[in-house]
Amino acid sequence: MDDFITVSLALAAGSLRLAIPLMLGALGGLFSERAGIVDVGIEGKMLISAFASAAVAHATNSPWAGLAAGLGAGIVFALIHGVGAIAFRGNQVVSGMALNILAAGLTVTIAAALYSQGGRTPQLPDAARFRGTSFAAADGTSQLDPALRALFELVAGHNILVYLSLVLVPALVWLVHKTRFGLRLRAVGENPEAVDTAGIQVATLRYQASIISGLLCGLAGTYIAIAQSASFVPNMTAGKGYLALAALIFGKWRIWPTFFACLLFAFADAAQSRLQGLNIPGIGAIPVQFIQALPYVLTLVLLAGLVGRAIPPKASGVPYVKER
Amino acid sequence: MSRNQSLPWWVEIGVLPVINLAAAFIVSGLVMAALGHDPFEALGLMVTGAFGSADSLGYTLYYTTNFIFTGLAVALASHAGLFNIGAEGQAMLGGLGAALVGLVISPGLPGIIAIPLAILAAMIFGGIWGAIPGWLQAYRGSHVVITTIMMNFLAGALLTYLLVDVLIAPGGGTPESRSISENVWLPAAHQIAQSLGLELAQTPLNLSLLLGLFCALGLNIFLWRTRWGFSLRAVGLNPHAALYAGISPSRMTVLAMALSGALAGLVGANEILGAQHRLVLGFTGGYGFVGIAVALMGRNRPTGVIIASLLFGALYQGGSELALDMPGISRDLVVMIQGLIILFCGALENIFRSPLARLFAAARSTRAELTGTAGG
Repeated sequence: MDDFITVSLALAAGSLRLAIPLMLGALGGLFSERAGIVDVGIEGKMLISAFASAAVAHATNSPWAGLAAGLGAGIVFALIHGVGAIAFRGNQVVSGMALNILAAGLTVTIAAALYSQGGRTPQLPDAARFRGTSFAAADGTSQLDPALRALFELVAGHNILVYLSLVLVPALVWLVHKTRFGLRLRAVGENPEAVDTAGIQVATLRYQASIISGLLCGLAGTYIAIAQSASFVPNMTAGKGYLALAALIFGKWRIWPTFFACLLFAFADAAQSRLQGLNIPGIGAIPVQFIQALPYVLTLVLLAGLVGRAIPPKASGVPYVKER
Repeated sequence: MSRNQSLPWWVEIGVLPVINLAAAFIVSGLVMAALGHDPFEALGLMVTGAFGSADSLGYTLYYTTNFIFTGLAVALASHAGLFNIGAEGQAMLGGLGAALVGLVISPGLPGIIAIPLAILAAMIFGGIWGAIPGWLQAYRGSHVVITTIMMNFLAGALLTYLLVDVLIAPGGGTPESRSISENVWLPAAHQIAQSLGLELAQTPLNLSLLLGLFCALGLNIFLWRTRWGFSLRAVGLNPHAALYAGISPSRMTVLAMALSGALAGLVGANEILGAQHRLVLGFTGGYGFVGIAVALMGRNRPTGVIIASLLFGALYQGGSELALDMPGISRDLVVMIQGLIILFCGALENIFRSPLARLFAAARSTRAELTGTAGG
C-alpha cells in the first residue's frame, strides 16, 4: 500500500513536470487565438526559445539570462507571425508552419556552427539551470519515509519555473476574464468590427496578444531546455507545441479546461513508461504508441463532435481590414 | 483594396515568386555570413552538388519526385479552399499501403500486375488518410488544418507501432520491415537506361518521376477540363455560389481531400517501391511539409509545382553535398531555407505584392493619361 502511494505521488509529480511546457504553450496559443490569430506555430516559438535560453545560459552561466533570452526569442517569433498576420494579412496557418520549419532549421544551423556538436549546445552546469530540490542526501539515500519523500518532492521539489507557471494560470484567468484588456481581447477574436467601432485599435490589441503568446511559448521553451534538460538538442520540443495546440482545442479555448487537458495529456505521457508491458486481461499488452496517440485521438473525437463540441473564436484566422 | 492588389498574370506567376525566393536566400545568406561562412561559396557548392554530375542530378530528380507528389497534393486541396498540412501523414500511409502489397500480396504475381497494385494501394491508403479529415470538415465542421495535424501524429504512431511490433524484419534490430518482393520494385533510371543501351550513374531515381509528371498533367486536365474539377474549384472560390449551382460543397471537400491524400500517398511509391525497397521509419523526411512551400511557390498550378519541385529537389541534394563539403554547415541549413521560403512566399508575400501592385497601378494610370492626351 505504501508502495502504491509512493508510486502515485511520483506519477503525479512527473505529470506536473510534463504538463508545464504543454500548459505554457497552450496558453500562449490561447492568447493568440482568442485575439483572432490562428497559432499553429507554438512548436516553433517553443523550439527557438529552447535554443536561445540554452545558448545564453551556457554563455553567461546564468539561468535568468537564459530565461530572458528565451522570452525574447519567443517574442521575436511571435512578432514575425503577428506582422505577417496583422500588417500584411498573410495566411496565418502558412505563417505558423513556416515558423515551425524555420525554427527547426535555424536552431540546428546556429548550434552546429557555434558548438560543432551536431546541433546541440554543450551540457549546462547546474548553476546555469533552474533546478528543483531533491529530498535525498548526496549519496541518493534518504532518512525520510519513501512516501513522505515523494510527497515532499511533489509539493516542494520542483524548480521555480513550475511554481511560476502554476501562479500564472489564475493570474491569466483574471487577466482574460476580469480586466478591461481581457474583455477587449476576447471581443477582438469574436467581432473585431465591433471593437473597432468602439474606438479601440484592433491591430494594437492583436500585437499585444501576440507578445503575450510569445512570452508564454518562450517560457515553455526555456523550461524544456534549461529546467527539464541541461542542454539544447535538435528538435527537442518533439511535437509538444502541437500537443499544446491539441490541448487548447480540447480545452475549447478556455484557460482552466485547457490546463486540465494539459494535465491529462501529461499524465498519459508520464504513465506510458509504467504501462509499458502491462497486460490487460482480454486485450493484451497496450502498445506505447497507442498511449502516445491517445491525446490526438481524444482531440479528434472531440472535434468530430462525438463528445461535446469545440468551437473556435469566430474571427480566428481572418485578417481584419478596416472599412474605409 | 483588391483593385490595388491586382497584378498582371506574368508578375503573379513569374516575378513575385522569384522576388520571394530571392528574399529567402538573402536572409539565409545573411545568417550564414553572421555565422562566419561565405554564402557565395556555399551557393556555388550547392549548385554543383545538385547539378554538377549525372550522379547528383539523379539524386536531385529523385527528391524532386517526392516534392511533385506532395506539392500537387497541397495544390489540389487549395483549389477546393482546403489547407492540407497532412501530406506528411498521408505519405506515410501511402508507403504503408505500397509496402503491404509488396510484403503480403505481390510475391508470385507478375510485375505487370503487382506494380500497379502496389501503386494503387499507396494511393488508396493515402487517400483514406486524407478523406477522414475531409469528412470531418465537410460533415462535422472540424477544421481540416487541425485534424490533419492530428492525423499526422496518428500516422506516425501507427507506423512506429507496426514497424516496432508487427512488420519488423524477423531478427532485425532496427524498426524496418524485410525487403518487399522484387517484382514490385519500380525500375530505376539507370536500369531503364541500360535496357536502352545507355550508361547512367546508379541513383535512386526511378520510374516514379514519370508517374509524377503524369499526375501533374492529369491534375491539369482534371481541374480545368472536367466537370468535377470545375465543381471542386467552384467550391474553393465560393461554396455558397457552388451550392446554388447544385454542387455539394461537402462532397467536393471529401473528394478533394481524398485525391490530395492519394497524391501524397504516391511518395510511398517513390520511396518504398522505387528507392528503399522496404518499409522504414521516417521515410517521409518532411516532404509533406515542404509540399506546402512547393504549392505556394508554384502558385498551385501543376506546371508551377513541377518547377518549384525541381528547385526544392536541388536544394535538398545541394544541401546534403554542402554539409559534406563545408565544415560547420549542417544539412539543417536547407530546412532553414525552406522555412524562410514558406515565410516569404506565404505569410509575408504582401511585403512585395503591395508595392508591386502600387507600381503597376501607377504605370497603368500614367499610360491611360498619356493615351488620353494623345487622343484629345
